[in-house]
Amino acid sequence: MTSFQPPAEQIWWKTPVGKDEIIWISIALVWCLIMFFMMPYWHVYGKQNLSSEAYQTTPAKFKARVDAMVEKYKTGEEKGIPIVAPPAGSDIYMLGRLWQWYPILELKKGESYRLHISSLDWQHGFSVQPVNINMQVVPGYEMVLNITPDKSGDYAVVCNEYCGIGHHTMLGKIIVKE
Amino acid sequence: MAQFRICPDSGFYFDRSAEQLMKVNAVAGVVCLLIAGIMALGVILTRWQTIHLLPADMFYTALTSHGINALIFWIIFFEMAVLYFASSTLLRCRLAAPRWAWLGFALMVIGAVMNNMAVFSGKSSVMMTSYVPMQAEPHFYLGLILFAVGALIGCFVFLGTLVIAKDEKSYQGSIPLVTFGALTACIIAIFTIASGAIILIPTFLWSIGYISHIDAEMYRVIWWGMGHSSQQINVAAHVSIWYLIVGILFGARPMSEKVSRSAFLLYILFLQLASAHHILVDPGMGVEWKVFNTSYAMYLAVLASLIHGLTVPGSMEVAQRRKGLTKGLFEWLRKAPWDNPVFSGFFIALIVFGFLGGITGVVMGTEQINLIIHNTIYVPAHFHATVAVGTTLTFMALTYLLIPVLFRRKLFLPKLAQWQPYIFGGGMVLLVLFMLGAGTLGVSRRHWDMGFTGALLSFEYPGTAYMMMAVAGIGGVLGVIGGASYLVVTVGSLLFGEKLEKSVGFLESFGIKPLAAELYTVERPEQLALAEKLPPEEHGPGGFEAPGTFALAMLLLVCFVIYYFINWDYLASVWPMG
Repeated sequence: MTSFQPPAEQIWWKTPVGKDEIIWISIALVWCLIMFFMMPYWHVYGKQNLSSEAYQTTPAKFKARVDAMVEKYKTGEEKGIPIVAPPAGSDIYMLGRLWQWYPILELKKGESYRLHISSLDWQHGFSVQPVNINMQVVPGYEMVLNITPDKSGDYAVVCNEYCGIGHHTMLGKIIVKE
Repeated sequence: MAQFRICPDSGFYFDRSAEQLMKVNAVAGVVCLLIAGIMALGVILTRWQTIHLLPADMFYTALTSHGINALIFWIIFFEMAVLYFASSTLLRCRLAAPRWAWLGFALMVIGAVMNNMAVFSGKSSVMMTSYVPMQAEPHFYLGLILFAVGALIGCFVFLGTLVIAKDEKSYQGSIPLVTFGALTACIIAIFTIASGAIILIPTFLWSIGYISHIDAEMYRVIWWGMGHSSQQINVAAHVSIWYLIVGILFGARPMSEKVSRSAFLLYILFLQLASAHHILVDPGMGVEWKVFNTSYAMYLAVLASLIHGLTVPGSMEVAQRRKGLTKGLFEWLRKAPWDNPVFSGFFIALIVFGFLGGITGVVMGTEQINLIIHNTIYVPAHFHATVAVGTTLTFMALTYLLIPVLFRRKLFLPKLAQWQPYIFGGGMVLLVLFMLGAGTLGVSRRHWDMGFTGALLSFEYPGTAYMMMAVAGIGGVLGVIGGASYLVVTVGSLLFGEKLEKSVGFLESFGIKPLAAELYTVERPEQLALAEKLPPEEHGPGGFEAPGTFALAMLLLVCFVIYYFINWDYLASVWPMG
């Protein structure tokens, strides 16, 4: 009968605290502060940070910009999906819709791109595999990511936000060339 | 006139109407857990790729139902019982406004049934999160709203009972720590329900065509004010129950009332900020907003959990050492009643919540690290450690205590009950560890087919990912067996358990009727006295009160630090982004 009884000391907030707790709380607080400052530290010294650049958009507006890029830089097709190779440093676009990532992007290793992503319908998850980069794609919003792919190869874009019955067929592709 | 009975085994006083409400809420919770458990089996056997049991549509329906029944209905029904227990029973006070409490319960039942009907019609497979603009049927949202209103009434009945207890002087001094923790849970619950109302009411109106558009990002921000906070109710509730269990089993008292209560206060102040964890890779959130919120201002709520992590087992250790179990660092723990499911359930929940749930939660809530984890199966792995083991197993352990005390029945199949926490806990640990692994390899959550059958393009996860999902499947099946054992013991006890008290028939078990009338009296219980003062404590090695717990806490910290930096290292290996 104790933890569920009123405290033995009526003025319980003046009872001294034991050594165990004081030491533990001090250590834990230091650890909490280290974890807190790791985030700003990484913004300064780390290489993987998200920009907070984003715009409100509409499906029609976004689609028009994607189409413009496809028309300008299309180099081929795979299974009917255009492959697009925009110049390094440019604005590149990928849209998610039921159930496709469009188009296929061909990028150069070590170059930076401003990748815009949005959805034309429901929410989607932009998950680049196997490198395992994951973003939430929200209709009405256009998110801009400054990416610098640093390894060549074929990458898949898996949809990892549930988007209906065909969700598991929603695969896209990013090709990174030497 | 309020009527009370005293439980001769435990000394707890039960107000007759509070008692019935606790029973019906607990039973309703268990029914929801049954549905959740059946659905869990469907989900895990589908994600185990070699079995791949359900077709896609049924899988998503099962997943939606599993999430809502386990994370919302089971837990909140049970929490209502906990709130009434922590107020009326612990404070020896009549329950405030029992008619309102019944109304609340009725709304919760109607809401839960309505929502389940919407989900099982197959037209509302929108997952627990129901992200717009994907639309569920109107009664999906309406059911949740009614359920929330019912729970809100329950919260106010709890608060009202505290007021009555104070007014009628049913206790001396301050409210007990366990009640203080329940009060924390209640305050968080009110915030949670308010967030839920703010987003679900417009969404309901949208689903019936009165509102034309719900902004998808706004929905996410506010919905998580409910979605994440509802899990914080659980944290506050199950930590309170941990204190209750060590108090009942070992006569433990908090190492320091001040420290434990301050930790609960930190929960009230900072825990809610964590809804930002879900928005870290969303468009448009500012860096400062993310860093401040995802870290609960400077990890102050994590600090609170680290404190409870020391003081819960620490208070048990102090109590055990007083009884003479002072050999070495761990005699107090070795000689604990490991064959008592109340203890083993609590202790497994504590360890898994801290080592697996806590650490992974902080890691994936780190602003930048989140981008290698968001929406992978790592996320459900984390919250199965916190909610399925931390909260659910704690509630299961408490049930084994409530069956004799509240329902006045002996446990049915006590041997099975003895094994249950180990089967359930062991299975879930397997599930959690291997889902964490698969998530690190990029396996997606909420995904019917990791082989992408029928996709135009193709992608293959490494063989290890398939292996990990299979082991997770085995763990999940074990977990379901453990969960089923719990249901067998619980339902069996109510139906066939030996009666410890004269009762009035079959229905009594289900709380439809109270125990035999002569057990109750209108006399008010004796005033709840202050805890006895104890002589100054004997200190263990090095002047520590609880050296064994301190060593365990340091072990936790070492694991935490190592795992935390491993993940930064992993992050450093992905494409540079800025």
